[in-house]
Amino acid sequence: MGHYGRVVAHSSSTSPLARDTPSGARSRPPAGYLDAASTEPLHPAAREALLVALDQGWADPSRRYHQARRARLLLDAARETVAAVLGARPDEVSFTTSGTQAVGLGVAGLVRGRERVGRRVLSSAVEHSSVLHAAQAAVGAESRTLPVDPLGRVDLDATAAALREPGVALLALQTANHEVGTRQPVDAAAALAQQHAVPLLVDAAQSVGREPLPVGWSVLTASGHKWGGPAGVGVLAVRTGVRWRSPSPEGALEHGRVPGYVDVPGVVAAAAALEAVERERSTESGRLWALVDRLRTRVPQLVADTVVLGDGVDRLPHLVTFSFLYVDGEVLLADLDRAGFAVSSGSSCVADSLQPSHVLAAMGALTHGNLRISLPVGVAEADVDRLLAVLPGVVSDVRAVLGTTDL
Amino acid sequence: MLDERGTRCPMPVVALARMVNARPEDRLLLLADDPAAETDVPAWCRLRQRTLAWVGDSPDGRGRAYLVVPLEASPAEA
Repeated sequence: MGHYGRVVAHSSSTSPLARDTPSGARSRPPAGYLDAASTEPLHPAAREALLVALDQGWADPSRRYHQARRARLLLDAARETVAAVLGARPDEVSFTTSGTQAVGLGVAGLVRGRERVGRRVLSSAVEHSSVLHAAQAAVGAESRTLPVDPLGRVDLDATAAALREPGVALLALQTANHEVGTRQPVDAAAALAQQHAVPLLVDAAQSVGREPLPVGWSVLTASGHKWGGPAGVGVLAVRTGVRWRSPSPEGALEHGRVPGYVDVPGVVAAAAALEAVERERSTESGRLWALVDRLRTRVPQLVADTVVLGDGVDRLPHLVTFSFLYVDGEVLLADLDRAGFAVSSGSSCVADSLQPSHVLAAMGALTHGNLRISLPVGVAEADVDRLLAVLPGVVSDVRAVLGTTDL
Repeated sequence: MLDERGTRCPMPVVALARMVNARPEDRLLLLADDPAAETDVPAWCRLRQRTLAWVGDSPDGRGRAYLVVPLEASPAEA
């Protein structure tokens, strides 16, 4: 196959497979799919790369025969692509089986590396549940969450005060919040952490492929399916010199950081998707930002008693969350699904537990009638306009059923 | 007093709003055991200019109690 020759010839630079994807008009995500923050639809470049890599990259990349060397070349090229986007060296980047696994290993490895210094894991109260769970689950660790303001942004004074206390193993902070889109002050937090010689773990799951990434991290984690790669690929990047000790029995693969066999085709596909979305980002990010701005402006004008959550300016380009007073979130989602829209909610009635979203609770935001809209790359502008046309009627129907229209 | 224990979001807040609408000058004690009420009652009070004067456990230990008063009333009067 032609790809093989090109793989060998060009493996020193960026992912060779991504270059073979058609450029120009890209295919659209499914109509009405507005839940990219849960998972981005598979990018066409990832699909193409996956099919090629299933044929060319199936062998064990740690072996020496030609099929293995071919898999190794594909894996190395994918690693270089991802490392370049993260602002990391390739040997700092390991692939995991999920973003959650990357977070778990990142937190547990830092806790082990800091055993003699302290065991307290600091994180904002609005981190992804994988971070909070990892902080609670790491052997010997003690978790403490830092408060956020009503926009969902971590309190830097509280962060500084917590860092001054002895016994801190690490600080964990997301680039931006996955439920309300507010960006976190990662650069300022990194400076504070550095002052106290505390490692910083940055969860970049919502930002990779969508916006510039911070540089001041010790460990960075991400998830391939959030940027259009296949499910089953996470990224764990550990800066050279950071005291990180593997919490699992060390294997030879992935620089000894990740247990188990690496999914070369999945990784190659994720890298191809990342290269493609990065190439499109300069135009696409601004387009999505403006569409979200339209939603943030228009929805409260069209729907009474709407609370727009999160920062309107210092935010992710593609995500916005509303809470509608006196609305049942579960009914809202079902009605929107019937109208052709896939969206999500942090309301307790939508959760598996009875608890509302810990993010909304930490912000002190209204948790019922919650609606998160997150735009996939390439979303049709018409989808946003159709949502604006449909949403007021859907909300007022839900309110009419509850008899709350005049409250 | 309004006993909304056993109902789930958004019903405790809906019931609270109905009662406040009907008797805007009164101080109301809402009982609720929906975990979402912990966040939603204070959020509703901000949206509707009421004061959440006190929050604590229900007298019989089942769920939480929320004392909601008109904006100007001081907690001491309640």
